[in-house]
Amino acid sequence: MIQTIAFYLFATLVIASGALTVFARNPVHSVLWLILAFFNAAGLMILLGAEFIAMLLIIVYVGAVAVLFLFVVMMLDVDFAELRAGFVRYLPLGALLAIVLAVEIVFAIGAWSAGAINMGARIAPVASDVSNTQAIGQLLYTRYIFLFEAAGIILLVAMVGAIVLTHRKRGGVKPQDIGHQVRRRPEDATRLTRPESGQGVEL
Amino acid sequence: MNHDMSASLLLVAPELTLTLAGLALLIWAAFFGDRHATGISIAAVAALVGAGALTSLAPAAGGNAFDGLARVDAFSTFAHVLIYFAAAVAIIIAPRFFRAHTPGGHGLMRAEYPILIVFAAVGMGMMVSATDLMTLYVGLEMNSLAAYVLASFIRTDTRSAEAGLKYFVLGALASGILLYGMSLLYGFSGTTNFAGIAAAMGADFSGGLVFGLVFVLAGLAFKISAVPFHMWTPDVYEGAPTPVTAFFASAPKVAAMALTVRVCIEAFGPTTLDWQQIIIFLALASTILGAVGAIGQRNIKRLLAYSSINNVGFALIGLAAGSEAGVAATMSYMAVYVVMTLGSFLCILQLRDAGGAYVEDIARMAGLGKARPWLVGAIALFMFSLAGIPPLFGFWPKFLVFDAAVRAGLLPLAIIGALSSVISAFYYLKVIKTMAFDEAPADAPQWTAEGNAVETGLIGFTATAISPLGYLAIAPLAYLSGNAALALFR
Repeated sequence: MIQTIAFYLFATLVIASGALTVFARNPVHSVLWLILAFFNAAGLMILLGAEFIAMLLIIVYVGAVAVLFLFVVMMLDVDFAELRAGFVRYLPLGALLAIVLAVEIVFAIGAWSAGAINMGARIAPVASDVSNTQAIGQLLYTRYIFLFEAAGIILLVAMVGAIVLTHRKRGGVKPQDIGHQVRRRPEDATRLTRPESGQGVEL
Repeated sequence: MNHDMSASLLLVAPELTLTLAGLALLIWAAFFGDRHATGISIAAVAALVGAGALTSLAPAAGGNAFDGLARVDAFSTFAHVLIYFAAAVAIIIAPRFFRAHTPGGHGLMRAEYPILIVFAAVGMGMMVSATDLMTLYVGLEMNSLAAYVLASFIRTDTRSAEAGLKYFVLGALASGILLYGMSLLYGFSGTTNFAGIAAAMGADFSGGLVFGLVFVLAGLAFKISAVPFHMWTPDVYEGAPTPVTAFFASAPKVAAMALTVRVCIEAFGPTTLDWQQIIIFLALASTILGAVGAIGQRNIKRLLAYSSINNVGFALIGLAAGSEAGVAATMSYMAVYVVMTLGSFLCILQLRDAGGAYVEDIARMAGLGKARPWLVGAIALFMFSLAGIPPLFGFWPKFLVFDAAVRAGLLPLAIIGALSSVISAFYYLKVIKTMAFDEAPADAPQWTAEGNAVETGLIGFTATAISPLGYLAIAPLAYLSGNAALALFR
């Protein structure tokens, strides 16, 4: 009972916030609605028992992708009103895409009603006694540890490469050198003179 | 499981050592910067030598690491040693080049250069011991990513930047093709393990597996720059800094070739007749186009790029035989090829005019014979050897691959290969003729004789190895490459 209520709650909110993502006039609001949609999709995943995907949705999509969107939307001066112009011009293309999506839905329903795929026939069957986070962890950190660490080294190489190719020493900047400032003695900066009266000071 | 893990870690000890060394050097470079580049280079070479020594830990019978993700055997050890040698040479020859390449001639090498080479060597080590499509791809990408950066290492030079960009875009395309093939293989065989794929191919060689095989071989052909996937080679070799070009022409070629051999024999073993056609086509196209394309080249680095395409074609003739002797011949070929190529690039690095600028234009090298007779002698030795002219050692591996091909019943392939080696002899001889016998042009550079003991020593070593004295190495080379091939045909 409670699952059903939770499902309809999450599902309604996903659809509603998805629609509002499309219809919101302000692009920042669109991104915020998108984040809400992601959160509710994560809730649906938890209901299915796929808690790992739920966490990924929140960490990767909400934490990284959506925030990136938000930055792009706020920092780039994109004129969204102009982007939305030409609705009629692109209508045939949009209609084509809509038809493709509709056909896909029909196919999916057809496949669904034809009966479930025999999951037991998989070459790598899923162990039923461990949660999926644990199962992924066990594979990733034991069997595939070699590749996992190597993938980390690849990212490191990419980072080193990006720095090598883009970092340069700029001339003409004046950074603050605190040690240099503290080392400076009064004798370096000041000069005591005793000018004759009426002569003035020579600098 | 724990015992498995420690045994596996011991098997990949060379990669582990190099990775840790690379990380330590990275921290060193981060704290002390380019001023310590020389020290970091020396440490990187030491790490490569140490990792090379650690390959001797590999059990003679070979061992599977990480549940079949990688396999350490005589084959991977053979390739490892070659790769580490070439990588170490690429580090040794770099500082002088980069110093001369900055305005004023007193610039420093960037400390990241040896570190990137070390990480590339880690990737190449993974490639040659991969027995799983995932290890193959991860190793390949680690090597490629470092290579893209190295190609555009002198980013103020537009040619270098262009080389890096071209290599990156085309390399990404090749990776995509390779991944597509791998996904088909996985989809139709249900496993990414080479032995599992071989079993699936033996049971039912379906259309999906055929497509997977073709796409995987196309992606690998790009990495060894076999025709028709060679288009990037001349541009990248010309634009990249010369030490990097020397690196590209040696270590990654060995790694990709060894990888191709292992994939063909271990993963596609039951369908030898099918992949043989593809390899024969690649071999023929590479030898012929490599020979003909080089004739019109005016830049010595472009010429050597075509020469490397040509040589890869010859090495593929050995693989095309599909036999144990053929694989042994291919590995011998790569060993001798690495020595010849590194020697040629070492000589090119000595060609500097009085201002310290490097000369790459072949026409401007006329009259070099009078100024630097010993250097021209060494270049002549390398060129004759690359052409495969008999008294020199470059002839021997060519003989081995043709012999293997004839024994496998591929007589036409051997004949066409031999004919194309005659064509390739033309442009090698033309280079020697220009340098040794042509009159110096009016604007000929003032050659400096300023040398470097280490580089001169390396030229001496490589020249001795490919001279007729090299025939003394036939027995050990045959033994090692024979063992390497045997490991694949267990």
